[in-house]
Amino acid sequence: MAGNRLIKVDNLYKEFPIHKGFLDQLVIEKGRFVRKHESVKALSGVKLEVLKGESLCVVGESGCGKSTLARVVMGLIRPTQGEVLYQDQRIDNMGFNELLPYRKKMQMIFQNPYASLNPRMTVRQTLEEPISFHNPRLSEAEVNERVVGVTESVGVDPAWSDRYPHEFSGGQRQRISIARALAVDPEFIVADEPISALDVSIQAQVLNLLMNAREQRALTYLFITHDLAVVEHFGSRVAVMYLGTLCELAPTKKLFATPRHPYTQALLSAIPKLNQSSSDYIKLKGEVPTPVNLPSGCVFHGRCVHANERCKQEIPELKTYNDISVACHAVEEKRI
Amino acid sequence: MSLLEVKNLEVRFAMRKEELVALRDVSFKVEKGERLGIVGESGAGKSVAAFSILNLISKPGYISAGEIIFEGQDLTKLSPQQMSQIRGNRISMVFQDPMMTLNPVLTIGTQMTEALHAHQDISKEDAKQRAIETLAQVHIPSAATRFDQYPHELSGGMRQRVVIAIALITKPPLIIADEPTTALDVTIQAEIMDLMMELCRTSEVGLILITHDLGVISQMTQRAIVMYAGRIVEEGDTKDIINDAYHPYTHGLMDALPQKTTPGQRLNQIKGVMPALSSIPDGCAFNPRCPLVADICRTTIPDYSNIGSTRVACHKAAPRGS
Amino acid sequence: MVAAKWNQFLDSGFYHDFSRDKTAIISFFILCVYVVFCFSAPLIAPFDPYDPTGIDIMDSEIPPVWLEGGDSRFLLGTDAQGRDLLSTILYGTRISMTIGICAVLLQAFLGISIGLIAGYRGGRIDNFLMRIADIQLSFSTLMVAIIFLAVFQALFGTELYERLAILMLILVIGVAEWPQYARTVRASVLAEKKKEYVDAVRVIGLRAPRIMFRHILPNTLSPILVISTVQVANAIVSEAALSFLGLGMPVTKPSLGSLINSGFEFIFSGSWWITIIPGIVLVILVLVMNLLGDFLRDVLNPKLYKN
Repeated sequence: MAGNRLIKVDNLYKEFPIHKGFLDQLVIEKGRFVRKHESVKALSGVKLEVLKGESLCVVGESGCGKSTLARVVMGLIRPTQGEVLYQDQRIDNMGFNELLPYRKKMQMIFQNPYASLNPRMTVRQTLEEPISFHNPRLSEAEVNERVVGVTESVGVDPAWSDRYPHEFSGGQRQRISIARALAVDPEFIVADEPISALDVSIQAQVLNLLMNAREQRALTYLFITHDLAVVEHFGSRVAVMYLGTLCELAPTKKLFATPRHPYTQALLSAIPKLNQSSSDYIKLKGEVPTPVNLPSGCVFHGRCVHANERCKQEIPELKTYNDISVACHAVEEKRI
Repeated sequence: MSLLEVKNLEVRFAMRKEELVALRDVSFKVEKGERLGIVGESGAGKSVAAFSILNLISKPGYISAGEIIFEGQDLTKLSPQQMSQIRGNRISMVFQDPMMTLNPVLTIGTQMTEALHAHQDISKEDAKQRAIETLAQVHIPSAATRFDQYPHELSGGMRQRVVIAIALITKPPLIIADEPTTALDVTIQAEIMDLMMELCRTSEVGLILITHDLGVISQMTQRAIVMYAGRIVEEGDTKDIINDAYHPYTHGLMDALPQKTTPGQRLNQIKGVMPALSSIPDGCAFNPRCPLVADICRTTIPDYSNIGSTRVACHKAAPRGS
Repeated sequence: MVAAKWNQFLDSGFYHDFSRDKTAIISFFILCVYVVFCFSAPLIAPFDPYDPTGIDIMDSEIPPVWLEGGDSRFLLGTDAQGRDLLSTILYGTRISMTIGICAVLLQAFLGISIGLIAGYRGGRIDNFLMRIADIQLSFSTLMVAIIFLAVFQALFGTELYERLAILMLILVIGVAEWPQYARTVRASVLAEKKKEYVDAVRVIGLRAPRIMFRHILPNTLSPILVISTVQVANAIVSEAALSFLGLGMPVTKPSLGSLINSGFEFIFSGSWWITIIPGIVLVILVLVMNLLGDFLRDVLNPKLYKN
């Protein structure tokens, strides 16, 4: 198992302070100045592993910390606590130069095709940059050859590479964005909602492109999305997140066939289905708590029908049953 | 008489160099209490269609032909004053992002009663009573306290409920909802969809639901319209559109859904992209992407033909699989 | 290639808006006339106002040709020293514009660098730099300039000052107004920094300076362009004000401001043209630059989109 492991995320915490400056923190409370340290708890103790060659999908609703997880893994933000390991080498605390070889192995695809390309650079410039930066010895002709190669591989005509991003449609821009990630021949790609800004017919095109790249280049994906239909189709394993914690991690087929965690069950039942006008979804009580004041115990207990006293006090640990991991007292106690 | 009947509507945008036709020959009906869905990709003209019903298309767009008959009146012939008496009163709108609709500096109560006072001669007390009733109707707990709160004090799902409550408060016979659940999470989307269904059923409100999500259309509507490049390509009962569509574009849209393919296999993609309004090809707008394309498709815009309850604009219209 | 770029420009929305905006066209035309005339002053001016041998004190205070007593040699009349007013204005406008443009280049250099660093680095560096900018802004440009120039004249004498006047004015006006740029640039850097293309190049592994100058800076150019036109106009006004107060260009090498100043004492003795004509020239110059600035702001800032 360990030899097969590409990424390990261990006990990751990330808090974003709301009040940054000292003066912002001062609040008058009952006639006295009090210093307030409020922060958004985006990740609270996330542990997970990405195995070589798999497509691990992370699903969850907005604000559950899935994008923060992606950014911490890519080293775009530093975790408050915890470690990120790439093939057993800790990378979250590395300096700039130490990290460079890993930059070449890990790349990222972003959500918004309209913001992820520099509007003042042509497609060629955008794609040349990572290639010549990571391979300074390549001649101009060799760089150009690679640009043409990678442009063709994502289905964009290389003859268009002197155009600017605004001349392309959303789907084509996302292809170019994927080309930029593939340009340095990475082995691991973090895709943060890569198709959610696209139209249905274009979503299929881009998803197929990502699957082709996975086969041709033996890629490993960490795929962040809120679209469960895409997960079912694309992922080999699924991690479900809620309020900065991992609820359930299971192989895709098993998760969709028998969801264990009550939140996963509610989430799956809420997907609008074709050919089904009845709305027999699991209704959750209450509202999503804010990540500023996390509930005690299990973060889901306020909305869970199976919650008992223990759920209110004790944070459930992620327990593994065969290849399924669930963080739920009720599952552990075999109540559900 | 139908509640709303749109006849041969055409909308144009007067651009710098040319006039772009954003909607052409759009006709549909909404009966009292009927839920109609309009599906299409971005740029297909579904929002333009909805906005033009309320005469809300902003310059350089304008309605260049057609009629919009609502409760026996042609809305295209009304003055702006008459139109504002219809808008928000007889026809309400629900938009995608509740934060764009709600004014952050006014309380929910103020925003709700504002609509009432604008259209009805009603006392302050009665208006408040009515607002609280409507909030309760959309299942907002402790409606009386919410009345004095500001939008930022509510969660996203609650805000969208408030928006729906504002749309409902004048008891309109027709609501137009433009991607009402797209900005919401799945679990909240399910709740809002449930709520809208319940309201349409109990109060006999007609609904025009605009969305790109076929799952939402399938669950919420009775009839559905598929739009492509400014034109209706297919219209019919929702279950027929989902299961027994005739137009190759509708087939393509359905087949592109991940649910329609075995996990791990390549999805059935439609090649190419929808043309921009400025470069719609001759003949059928879908012809460069169509798997069934024939010579006639490249020269002649297909007329509508009726097959059962379905109306379809395609030279090669055929049920799936044939 | 050039032809293609030119055609692309003619096709752009920018040119379209420009060709519809009469104020902008007229302003741009007037500004072009100013630039052409001033920078070819040595070629087209009938006299050289810097050459003492060409000046005859007997020609002083001759009114413009269209007035009684005008002299056909001096189209706009002469000043108190007998210099041809037209030539002096041409040369003076050239000095004013040179100071204005160079001062703004200095402001832009300082402001853009500081704004980029503050916006991109954030945190303490940002706080520190922006507080300096606030302090700088709390002194008015004129106050800083007056104190600095007066102290300089007192310490090093008027003679050295007169030789270095252009340089000193550029330096003072340039340094006094950099926070305008720093704030504008910082604001747009903060907006750009959040966009995903910046994350994308960070993932590639590029270093901060390259991200700042190669990726973020080009995307902040529109607001820089907008404030630049207004800032040049402001710098010209500042220079004129300083010269009017006697702290700017010396009378031997007059700018528009010192020309207005030099004629001011004769305004009541009837020789109004020495002050009024350079005054009109200055006002028109500043006005067209501000009008062009407004036009650029409307076109380049989609938030202020006008129907």
